[in-house]
Amino acid sequence: MKLSWKCVCAVSLLSIFIAALGIAVKAAGREEGTLAAPTVQVKIDNFAFTPAQLTVAPGTTVEWMNRDDIPHTVVSDDKSTFKSKALDTDDKFSFTFTKPGTYSYFCSVHPKMTGKIIVQ
Amino acid sequence: MERPGKDELVYDHNHDGVDRRGFLKCMAWAGTGALCLMKAGVLHSASLSGITESAASAKGELSFVQISDSHMGFNKPANQDVVGTLKAAIEKINALPNPPEFLLHTGDISHLSKPEEFDAVEQILRSCVAKDVFYVPGEHDVINDDNAANYLQRFGKGATGMGWRTFEKKGVRFFGLVNVMNLKAGGLGSLGSEQLEWFEKELKPVFASTPIVVFAHIPLWNVYPEWGWGTEDSAQALGYLKRFGSVTVLNGHIHQTMQKVEGQVTFHTAASTAFPQPQPGQAEGPGPMKVPAEQLKQLLGITDVNFVRGQQALAIVDSKLG
Repeated sequence: MKLSWKCVCAVSLLSIFIAALGIAVKAAGREEGTLAAPTVQVKIDNFAFTPAQLTVAPGTTVEWMNRDDIPHTVVSDDKSTFKSKALDTDDKFSFTFTKPGTYSYFCSVHPKMTGKIIVQ
Repeated sequence: MERPGKDELVYDHNHDGVDRRGFLKCMAWAGTGALCLMKAGVLHSASLSGITESAASAKGELSFVQISDSHMGFNKPANQDVVGTLKAAIEKINALPNPPEFLLHTGDISHLSKPEEFDAVEQILRSCVAKDVFYVPGEHDVINDDNAANYLQRFGKGATGMGWRTFEKKGVRFFGLVNVMNLKAGGLGSLGSEQLEWFEKELKPVFASTPIVVFAHIPLWNVYPEWGWGTEDSAQALGYLKRFGSVTVLNGHIHQTMQKVEGQVTFHTAASTAFPQPQPGQAEGPGPMKVPAEQLKQLLGITDVNFVRGQQALAIVDSKLG
């Protein structure tokens, strides 16, 4: 059965539309740091958390990876929501954010290092 | 910069009896191992090579050494042998013409608060001629140790609260303060109200003529707040010290020697025995600074302190390890 040109046209348009949507979502994601993936990385290096501010969806796991040549910790400001042990170079710490909200944190060894996870 | 036989103020701009310009000139020499002695507000200096004569004349009633930031357990490129450099520091101390009575360790004894790291430092320090060591913790010594419980178990003898302490040696009153506990996000070092109350209470009965030495890990003055090099509530502590004629503040944390004089107070930071750190603002962050191997020992060191009765300030001499 030969596909009618209308059908092909419709399918092509639909594919282009979906692709465009996908690019738009990815672009938006790159700009705001919103990602659909379940695990997101925060790099620790040069006495800083990068990105310093990160927005994620509820249910996302954030993984901090220490690339610095000095140990750091990841501790929520209230010192109870999440608290890592000492992370030496190449050590990791993960926490899954289920509840929406703003979670400010810092390195308890070098308190000038601060970061924020926004869950929405 | 010798002024033999003359005890006369040359630059007394602040009218506080301190020859500040002369002091700054002398401090420029201090990094190379000069001996700076203050006599009635005027600086006299001699290079370390002539130290035996100066030491004889300046032989104090009290002699001690400050070491700092041994970071036992650190093994990154900046120094892969912190055991070796700490041992070199002890050898340097043991070779001093005026053997110290005791040591002050101004913190970051360990790198990761691990028992084996503390063990190693205590072991190495046992070969020092000075058998007594007074410690204050650095932030690396109390990682995940919320009430400094582990630290105190090992170093808490004679201390109060979370490790602060006071003792007297030959008429000089010492205060070891702890400013690395309960640090807040975005903040600097912190003494806390409990320790400040204790400090004020301990100082009350002390005569203003008693020389005071305060030692703590993080600098008690704002060296560089952007890198956390300062203490939030130190102004209160320094306020209690205003009435005293001679105050010496010895700190660590910044892994480089730095000195500041403000009236009767001399602030001094020691070099690390493990690795150097960049000067304020000279790098992205305050992390370990890698230098060519042959230069490493020149950026590590010990601090020799002598007290001579009748002199206003303590004589502070920084010596490099190589």
